[in-house]
Amino acid sequence: MRNTGIIAKRELGAYFNSVVAYIVVILFLVSTGSLFWLSYFQQLNILSMRPYFDLAPMFLAFFAPAITMGLFSSERRSGTLDLLMTMPVSSFQIVAGKFVASTVLLSVVILMTLPYALTLSLLGELDWGAVLAGYIGLLLLGSAYCAIGVMTSSWTRDQVVAVLLSFFICFFLYLIQQLVGQPSGSTARIVEYLSTSYHFQNLARGVIDLRDIVYYLSLIGVSLTVATVSIGARK
Amino acid sequence: MAGDKATTTPTAHSLVVQGLSKNFGDIRALHEISFAVKPGEVVGFLGPNGAGKTTTMKILTGLLRADAGTAHIAGLDIRTHSREVRKKIGYLPENVPLYEDMLVLDYLHFIAEIRGVPRKERKSRIALVARQTDLTSVLARTIHELSKGYRQRLGLAQAILHEPDVIILDEPTTGLDPNQLREFRDVIKTIGREKTVLFSTHILQEITAVCNRLIIIHQGRLVADGTPEQLAASLDASASLEDIFRHYTADAGAIAEVEKETEVETEAEADQHPEVEHA
Repeated sequence: MRNTGIIAKRELGAYFNSVVAYIVVILFLVSTGSLFWLSYFQQLNILSMRPYFDLAPMFLAFFAPAITMGLFSSERRSGTLDLLMTMPVSSFQIVAGKFVASTVLLSVVILMTLPYALTLSLLGELDWGAVLAGYIGLLLLGSAYCAIGVMTSSWTRDQVVAVLLSFFICFFLYLIQQLVGQPSGSTARIVEYLSTSYHFQNLARGVIDLRDIVYYLSLIGVSLTVATVSIGARK
Repeated sequence: MAGDKATTTPTAHSLVVQGLSKNFGDIRALHEISFAVKPGEVVGFLGPNGAGKTTTMKILTGLLRADAGTAHIAGLDIRTHSREVRKKIGYLPENVPLYEDMLVLDYLHFIAEIRGVPRKERKSRIALVARQTDLTSVLARTIHELSKGYRQRLGLAQAILHEPDVIILDEPTTGLDPNQLREFRDVIKTIGREKTVLFSTHILQEITAVCNRLIIIHQGRLVADGTPEQLAASLDASASLEDIFRHYTADAGAIAEVEKETEVETEAEADQHPEVEHA
């Protein structure tokens, strides 16, 4: 736990000492903000965060791989991972530390959009319960995408490969329902279960269901386990 | 001559290597390497490129797993007590990997934290090591701004920060100018009084300057182990380090001969093939 914190602190320092954190914050707020307010002015009669919750997952699938791609691949390339592995820290602690750092950064970015909701609430009656559920959904989705990014970054020395792989996985899981068309029976249930957007839609509607939370937590668990194995398997 | 000193109990020495073997596919990187080192010994680890120096060091630091054999560090088996062993070693890899975007001071703090240096001692340890390695003037600099010499010294600083029992340095002197070399030797000598230092090098002068013992490996086998004087005496009294090195690393066939021969007729002409670096 302590070691995880030390690793996370170093990674967060690296984000904020470089331009990465600022670029992510600015681009995320500009892109989601402009699209959200555009849609708001097109439908002035609806006072809801739903347009934002419809948009944000796509952007998360874009930003999470970008902030996680270097976490392991750059350390593999420079050899610092080797040195880190000779220190008294476990592979999992390293993986967890990097996951925590990227998740904290992404969560900060997500929470920086809270003023959108505050602004809406000034204009009329806003359903704060739905907003809360939506944000919980976004944070879970963002964490799951970060875990996927950490996993793909642990596979390769090449940041471009890492980012492309995690883009692919994140978008695939998000769009899987559209990709398979109109399945039925067990296929439909499997697709539904795998789909990040299906689980997110429940939360965005304001329904906090334990099954959706378990889905995201297991996605995180699987990704981090794979990352831990691939880091440790170098021996 | 092929030293097999590892018959003593693991606890008597701070570093005991027993029958270490490692293959990379068909390539035999290490073949039954055995030696033991006591605290206060500074061991020069010598051998041509691809001899297995880095592989040995990577096994000792837990980065690679040996196919056969094991090693004990401070009495702990590296296979079963990896985590504890890692607390007791300091390691400087060959190309000195560092976090380029960090400040030197922040980096040393990070290492102190992750190495488990108690909070109260961190500042004083960092200050002491920075003085020892002459880093005090660059503590506020970003690592990517550092010259090769400073990088090398920062690499050494992170390896000794937590006062490890065994310090493993993989070619730590490449890229240092003569002044830095001298300082570097002084640091190693100071540390080497109490600790075990194992360092690999190509530069033979380094050996005479700091090492009180020499281990030569060639094509994955340990071919010589002893003080420079002992090894010189086994050839002839006037043999230089270069003669010793050439003699033991001449070619594969020579190893068998070396083991049998008591006297060398003529000095074998060094015929070092540039080999594949396995590690």
